[in-house]
Amino acid sequence: MFVAARAELHAPKQEKALLANALNLLVPMSTDDGGFHGPSIDEFFPGPLLFEDTNFEINRIILVRWVAVIALLLVFWLGTRRMSVVPGRFQSLVEMGLDMVRVNIADDLLGKKDGKRFLPILTTMFFMILFMNLTGVIPFLNIAGTSVIGVPLVLAIVAYITFIYAGVKKSPKNFFKNSLFPSGVPWPVYIIVTPIEFISTFVIRPITLTLRLMMNMIVGHLLLVLFFAATQFFVVQMSGWWTLLGVGTLAFGFAFTLFEILVAVLQAYVFALLTAVYIQLAVAEEH
Amino acid sequence: MLHAVLSAATEGAEASPSPVIPELYDIIWSSVCFVIILIFFWKYVLPRVQKLLDERGEAIEGNIAKADEAQRKAEAALEEYTAQLADARTEAGRIRETARDDGKKIVAEAKDAATAEAARVTASAQAQIEAERQTALVTLRTEVGTLAIDLASGVIGESLSDDAKATAVVDRFLADLEASEAAAGGKK
Repeated sequence: MFVAARAELHAPKQEKALLANALNLLVPMSTDDGGFHGPSIDEFFPGPLLFEDTNFEINRIILVRWVAVIALLLVFWLGTRRMSVVPGRFQSLVEMGLDMVRVNIADDLLGKKDGKRFLPILTTMFFMILFMNLTGVIPFLNIAGTSVIGVPLVLAIVAYITFIYAGVKKSPKNFFKNSLFPSGVPWPVYIIVTPIEFISTFVIRPITLTLRLMMNMIVGHLLLVLFFAATQFFVVQMSGWWTLLGVGTLAFGFAFTLFEILVAVLQAYVFALLTAVYIQLAVAEEH
Repeated sequence: MLHAVLSAATEGAEASPSPVIPELYDIIWSSVCFVIILIFFWKYVLPRVQKLLDERGEAIEGNIAKADEAQRKAEAALEEYTAQLADARTEAGRIRETARDDGKKIVAEAKDAATAEAARVTASAQAQIEAERQTALVTLRTEVGTLAIDLASGVIGESLSDDAKATAVVDRFLADLEASEAAAGGKK
């Protein structure tokens, strides 16, 4: 419980930044004569490259995701191809990453037995999100694969199905009863408690999982674009003292690039951690 | 806060697509990515890692067992060594004790032997002295006899060299002497 609280702690701050940025989008930033191209939401909806207007349309975002998937497969294939009891440098790095999910998330929250059961799901979530987040700061890719709703939504649905499955499997008869009618409460209170429990458990959870991840990545991308576009504008379009401002925006862009790496890891961790917490709550004997 | 963001996002989407409305192709490709990665981790990476962890655990346990074995061996050796040392000490003490006893015995024996030797020497010396005394007595008696006869011969002017005579004279003389002594004794 404590861990979940810790994870939620930074959410309001990010949401505030989110709002600020969303408002920025409403204010027209680009003027036709100045040549400054501010960030726009359209960047997350690039034109189709293949299979246009089908259900298998491929655009830039999808390609970026494929790159992330291939990188992930490559790293873990190379890292686990020839494993030795005494690990080499690369192997211990890969092991460290896998250990983070196995020890810090799965075993810590779910215990050895359940941790092992849900480890594939949690590991997949963590590394899929991590690699797709990191594409946001990699040159030439420059956009997070998770900044379009598909991946966050699919993973949130997976988390949703997983924790409901875990709960139903654990106590087929009592899972929904325990979730919606917490014991030790006088029955009239259920009139209030049950709708709250229903909304918080079965409605809010997947939505927050999806939006937290996606909005973090959208805002991160917009911030970086803003800083680097401004740098471009100050250095190329303007002259004289304005160039100095470009140096400032470049420094900010660099700082936020580092920050985005942190956010990429953090969001992947938070997503996997919250999924584990939801599973843990579902399999817990008593609520 | 979330509502504000959502409404802001939807408002801003008049011209551009809304970021919260998923496209079907987006969902499909995301699911494909997820399934590929899930299968990869589930069927390939995690079993290998699990196997490795098991092996590592076994190796560590094996090493611990080996170390325990070595420890036990070392302890046994130490114990044996200590026991041997104690044995050696006892043995040394015993030998020292025996040596001391032997020494005492030897000294006592030497002392006895010396005493016996001394006694023997004393006894033989006494025997010799006695023998010499006897010899001297006999010699003296003979000498005195001869001397007395020679003297008497000189006095009476005749030779008493005749053995029979001489013996008779001496015996008489001695008898006289004894008689006179007896008379003197009787007078007293």
